[in-house]
Amino acid sequence: MTNANLDTDLRDLYQDLILDHGRHPRNFRAPENANREALGHNPLCGDRLALYMTVDADNVIRDCAFQGSGCAISVASASMMTEMLKGKKVEEAEKLFAYMHGSCTGSAPKAEDISEDDADRIHALSGVRHYPMRVKCATLAWHTMEAALKNEKKVSTE
Amino acid sequence: MTMREPASPVCYAPEGSGEGEMFACAAPKAFNAAQYKKDFPILDQQVHGHHLVYLDSAASAQKPKQMMEAMQHFMERDYANIHRGVHELSVRATEKYEAVRGTVRRFINAEYDDEIVFTKGATEAINLVAQSWGRKFLQAGDEVVITTLEHHANIVPWQMLRDALGIKLKIVPLTAEGGVRAEDVKAAISPKTKLVSVAHVSNALGSVLPVHEIVKLAHGSGALALIDGCQAISHMNVDVRDIGADFYVFSGHKLYGPTGIGVLYGKREILKEMPPWQGGGDMIASVSFAETTYKEPPHRFEAGTPPITEVIGLGSAIEYVSTIGLNRIAKYENALLAYATEKLRAINSLRIIGTTKEKAGIISFTMEGAHPHDIGTILDRQGVAVRAGHHCAQPLMEALGLTATARASFGLYNTMEDVDALAAALKKVQEIFA
Repeated sequence: MTNANLDTDLRDLYQDLILDHGRHPRNFRAPENANREALGHNPLCGDRLALYMTVDADNVIRDCAFQGSGCAISVASASMMTEMLKGKKVEEAEKLFAYMHGSCTGSAPKAEDISEDDADRIHALSGVRHYPMRVKCATLAWHTMEAALKNEKKVSTE
Repeated sequence: MTMREPASPVCYAPEGSGEGEMFACAAPKAFNAAQYKKDFPILDQQVHGHHLVYLDSAASAQKPKQMMEAMQHFMERDYANIHRGVHELSVRATEKYEAVRGTVRRFINAEYDDEIVFTKGATEAINLVAQSWGRKFLQAGDEVVITTLEHHANIVPWQMLRDALGIKLKIVPLTAEGGVRAEDVKAAISPKTKLVSVAHVSNALGSVLPVHEIVKLAHGSGALALIDGCQAISHMNVDVRDIGADFYVFSGHKLYGPTGIGVLYGKREILKEMPPWQGGGDMIASVSFAETTYKEPPHRFEAGTPPITEVIGLGSAIEYVSTIGLNRIAKYENALLAYATEKLRAINSLRIIGTTKEKAGIISFTMEGAHPHDIGTILDRQGVAVRAGHHCAQPLMEALGLTATARASFGLYNTMEDVDALAAALKKVQEIFA
């Protein structure tokens, strides 16, 4: 592989958007009034993140935040996800999850009901599909979100 | 099969020469790692368009063709189940299998062949000691001393005993350099201490522990000492009698041998007092429904058909490294490590984790702004294989205030050019995460 190819290849994974979110994660906090919560853990690499959501009576995600540590991909994915989820309905979040999962595992998901902006962000994260060992880094936050939505009770973050 | 010229210099000591020196080379020769590399066919390949630079031998070492040929040859000519048949193949297979016990004994300078127990790996060897010796000789309130830097394999078996028997675990703290001091081990030992179980070399940081002193301290207090030699066995000359260890364990696959085979060395008089831990064929003297009697060690601990071909592979791997000479390997790898340390220190955003004076084969590091997994991926795309993560030593990572490190580890086939390739590849990490 030439140096130019190497750069293209790695830049496909480490896009500026990802590097920026990895360095400066958005919504990086633990809100006190969250009513959905789950802990995500990848025992293979030790990545951990706590996800907090506030879902109102109309099933709208009013707030979404996270804390934790991990590689650039997992932190960026969590950060971008919290931005995407705010203001969305729970069922829209489920659709986004399916789209994200499909994009990262290369199963060409349908982009129905996905805004162009969300699709662009997910596309940026989907660079991991060429790195089988890194797919879990990108999807950890999303699986954690699934768990948080399924379980109304607070999950211990210890 | 045509005989291939061995790439490595072969020196044979005369029969019946001194114990432990059987494989020693008489004349010192310059260490030609590039030449030894040719013995490892897997290393001659391109990864992502770059020549493979394998720096993950601490996870598992690659295999020399001599070892692979020995296993194949055995399966093609001599294979049968052992200790059972009256037929020729079974006799041959049994002799070759048992002969490896002698090879291992000489390699680690044990006193008797029956002190060598074949296990599935080092993990199983430690579990064997915990379940057999531990359950017989430990009771509630007794203490087992381990250190902060242990691999999970030398933590969890003792925690299982703690939960089952009510024993206590005492943890020796880490020094600022990532090592363990004998005086801290001394402070952790009490009259209740029955076993001190420590790594010879840290798998995460490469720190060499003062095992001679640690064993003396254990014995001084009436405790036994177990040494986890997984990361030492391929990097230095190990003499279990000089160390004085009661148990010494290691895995075959980190010693250029196959997976699925490891060794528990135990002093004869201690093994004799230990009950079997798994029951089955090959470990019994006689079985009736009323009463079963067990074989003497080591066979008492080898229930069922063992990994016969893997034992042959282990024997061959030991002959391979012994022919080169462990002292020569240690000297060369120390030079390699010193060179790598100098090269990596020159990278300003990089921090080496583990800076004890004595280290073996491993250099662990973090980089500012780049998570070890990102480092690992970027290096991989340049053909450089390193490990990133907690290295099965999460309590150590916690003590260091880290979640992970990147780890480059060396084998006898690594060259100074491999280190240069690592340093060059790390520049790309800096570039992306600048």
